[in-house]
Amino acid sequence: MEEYRLELRNVSKSFGEVKALEDINFQLGWNEIVGLLGDNGAGKSTLIKIITGYHQPTSGGLYFNGQKVDHLTVPRARELGVETVYQERALAELQTLWRNIFLGRELCNSMGFLDIQRMRDETNRLMTESMGFTSTAVSPDSRVGKYSGGEKQGVAIVRALFFEADIIVLDEPTMGLSLKEAAKLVNFVKGIKQAGKSAIFIDHNIFHVYDVADRVVVLDRGKVAGEFLTKEIGLNELMEKMVHVAETGSFE
Amino acid sequence: MLPKPVVSSSEYKRMDTMNSQTNETATAVEPAAAQPYNPPFNLRKYVRANSSQLGILGVFLGLWLIFIISAPDTFLSPRIYTAFMTSTPFFAIMAIPLTVIVIAKEMDLSFPSIMAMGMVAFSFVYNQTAFIGGTTASTTVRVGLAILAALLTGIIIGWINGLIIVKVGIPSLVVTIGTQFFWRGAVLVLTSGANFTLDYIRGTIFHPMLVGKIGGFLPMQMVWLVIITILVWLLLNRHRFGAHIYLTGDNINSAELMGVNTGRTRMQAFMLVGLLSAFAGIISCFYVAYFYPNMGSGYLLNTLASVFLGGTSVFGGTGTVLGTFLGAFIIGSIDAATVAVGLTGFLTQLIYGFIIVLSVIMHTYLRKRGE
Repeated sequence: MEEYRLELRNVSKSFGEVKALEDINFQLGWNEIVGLLGDNGAGKSTLIKIITGYHQPTSGGLYFNGQKVDHLTVPRARELGVETVYQERALAELQTLWRNIFLGRELCNSMGFLDIQRMRDETNRLMTESMGFTSTAVSPDSRVGKYSGGEKQGVAIVRALFFEADIIVLDEPTMGLSLKEAAKLVNFVKGIKQAGKSAIFIDHNIFHVYDVADRVVVLDRGKVAGEFLTKEIGLNELMEKMVHVAETGSFE
Repeated sequence: MLPKPVVSSSEYKRMDTMNSQTNETATAVEPAAAQPYNPPFNLRKYVRANSSQLGILGVFLGLWLIFIISAPDTFLSPRIYTAFMTSTPFFAIMAIPLTVIVIAKEMDLSFPSIMAMGMVAFSFVYNQTAFIGGTTASTTVRVGLAILAALLTGIIIGWINGLIIVKVGIPSLVVTIGTQFFWRGAVLVLTSGANFTLDYIRGTIFHPMLVGKIGGFLPMQMVWLVIITILVWLLLNRHRFGAHIYLTGDNINSAELMGVNTGRTRMQAFMLVGLLSAFAGIISCFYVAYFYPNMGSGYLLNTLASVFLGGTSVFGGTGTVLGTFLGAFIIGSIDAATVAVGLTGFLTQLIYGFIIVLSVIMHTYLRKRGE
């Protein structure tokens, strides 16, 4: 077996003159949860969008299971097992729940005609079994726009887990959630680990990240400032280092 | 390409175990295939989900009732309906694909020029195939080729619109204002601004096929409108293309993050408008067997009004072809009805404006309640 499930080698990304990422080396092991920390503008979201195929790196390469993948697109990343819960949730709020669950990969026949009944059946099953939604407002035919923040996040997460993903990317999943909902989410991420999958977990909240991650990677101004195994570093020590990085740009 | 299959049953179990640890309310569930989801019919939910369509249906039936009461002689005889079904399809055929464009949060103002440009390609191909001969059979072949040329021209113009909008990234409203002038200008240059007759089409099978009358009552253009409405409805509601149209119009960012090719989807929509505008051009020219370079320019606002009257939101993501279909017939009937009811023709535009504004207010109100 290859050493890493996913590896980024010397990846850089520029938007015009702005260098969002510079020479990033990043690895995600098998059945590993990596926490990605960093201040606003550190390049976390850009890094995620390169992994999910939304952005293409300016230079450097992506390796899935040791194989280099060029010209990664969102559908290609999905085939390689990457599923994402985006910060912006990536929902279509005027559309029904089943359309959101199957957003971008509708079940259809070879002519492209939709299998609506099956999508509604599966959505109904997921709702009752996996999301634990009991509210009558949430049905396969209800519009996602009127859901609460936690329900919307639940839709985004279940959507990622429904399809056979083994790299799950969570970009600020606790944003806008209540304390109880956030705690539930942290448990969800632990469940990913137990299911034998890998995850990249990005959050502003260092407590959440420290709680679930095997390893923490700190980004600062588009560069990897450092990485730590959570079992080797205490929470207080990590926090001190984060503050130091934010002030000086390095751990030294 | 089919999406990945639904998770395997072993995985169901895994998700279940995950869940029972994370969610205290979840109960252990058999990892069987999904139970069919068939909720009992609920009238209130149905009304809520379809409020916009029911609203415009109400306006349609209400107006009809007013017409019948005020002018029973006219509106209880079939002749007026033949007249409506003759003239309305000329622009309704374009309003249907335009609905798709508006749902995708785009706009196309170039369709009247596409109508005319398609007919320029039509007559060019007809004239250039004179070598085939002058018999009835060969005229049929020449007209057939000319029709194909017109449709192809429409698709190409739609493709060019889409290319500029998607690849260069200019708002479609701006692009199609430009291309609308450009293609109208091209028509004027290529025809030197001249009208010409298309008498030769009357002898071919295409004339009864496109604009004939079934039983002296049902115009063929109405049949084509119904066929096109059904086909576009299927595309929009039962096909992946339509799903992507709604998603693109609703939230283009989400659609792209989730791997929807929004550029290709929008380009296909513009090509659909091009194709059906060229078809509408053929039909309206065939009906009078005549071409004039300004053809179609009078349809711009009628067509747009049909789409918005039908409840399609300019903000994208919602809309129905059935609403547009009804909207087109409301627009198409007011003119004749105003006169038949005994009002002066000067009132037509006032009534148009009144009904359009009231209906759009109604749709906005219904949409807010529905969400």
